[in-house]
Amino acid sequence: MAAPDSSMPPADPRLQRVVGSLLRFGVLLAAAVVLGGGVAYLAKHGAAIPDYRVFRGQPAELRSLGGIVRGALALDERSVVQLGLVLLIATPIARVAIAGIAFVFERDRTYVLVALLVLALLLKSLLG
Amino acid sequence: MDTLAFSGIVGAASFCAGFLGSLTGLGGGVVIVPLLTLVFGADIRYAIGASLVSIIATSSGAAAAYVKEGFTNIRIGMLLEIATVIGALVGASLVAIIPANVIAVIFGLVLLQSAYLASRPRSEHATANLPPDPLATRLRLDSTFPTDAGEARYHVRRVPGGFALMWLAGVLSGLLGIGSGAVKVLAMDQVMLMPFKVSTATSNFMIGVTAAASAGIYLRRGYVVPGLAMPVMLGVLAGAMVGARLLFRMPVRQLRILFAVVIVVLALEMIYHGLAGEL
Repeated sequence: MAAPDSSMPPADPRLQRVVGSLLRFGVLLAAAVVLGGGVAYLAKHGAAIPDYRVFRGQPAELRSLGGIVRGALALDERSVVQLGLVLLIATPIARVAIAGIAFVFERDRTYVLVALLVLALLLKSLLG
Repeated sequence: MDTLAFSGIVGAASFCAGFLGSLTGLGGGVVIVPLLTLVFGADIRYAIGASLVSIIATSSGAAAAYVKEGFTNIRIGMLLEIATVIGALVGASLVAIIPANVIAVIFGLVLLQSAYLASRPRSEHATANLPPDPLATRLRLDSTFPTDAGEARYHVRRVPGGFALMWLAGVLSGLLGIGSGAVKVLAMDQVMLMPFKVSTATSNFMIGVTAAASAGIYLRRGYVVPGLAMPVMLGVLAGAMVGARLLFRMPVRQLRILFAVVIVVLALEMIYHGLAGEL
């Protein structure tokens, strides 16, 4: 097999288009979830006085993936917003994963390893 | 001011930031942190968390368009993401240690530097005549990009230097909640001698991944507040989408100058308030 030509994007242009659509879909889905949670949040807490001056850190249930999913399933508004933000953070992570798969198809072992390393670092950051 | 009014005003201001950022190519993220801290009085860590989230939103949309045009070098992007992601993790960890005032001063200085870099005239340097670099060849980084005269080849140089500067771009992104596109472009365009258009497109490809690396840490540390991140993310995203639609109908040059002035004023304010210990 000939060495992969680096001038080509990994795999074929069709895959790139699929990736592009997925990215846009991910962002729009995240925005819709954030908007839904945000409207509910404002309907409930809209009259409260916001205070972001003093740093307190968020409660534990809004900081862990498990807590956010549990809260969102219970339709807690802030958890739903937070779930949308997690979906948003997941979008570029999914892109790295897809690029890695494309390199597998190209049998480009170096860049499969590069993609896996980036993916591992990203997951470590999000999951702890 | 109640939460409803606060969200509305923050959302509108974020819309303007996203709109100007996408029209001028300077990115809306750079003004979000000064806006939230100086104007709305938010703690700088909350502001950085909200800014990071908005950067992921806008860059993922923009990157999709750039990849299609054929300027993005995906191998270089992926390779250098190792550097930016490690840098971003370091930067996001530093936020917990460095006092807010110091972060504000660093933010102001980086903002001034970015404005300076963005205002310089850019010229394409001829890279096709340079001999191939052994490391770049082994990593298959050399590629072609579309020009008016067809596909042009380019050779990538000084990979370790570019890698090191990319690490710094990652640290700044994680510490300050910016995309640090200016430093990323500097690393590729000036250090690795890549064509300018390839550098910008590849930088855009990398910004979302870099921001996602630090955003995960910010989320787990409790720096991402739903009530603040929500209007910022939705506002910046909507502004950027409208900006991209109107790109060819707007006086971009004048807007660029206007936005650069805004950036410089905000940078000086950040430095002043940081030094005065008021943040």
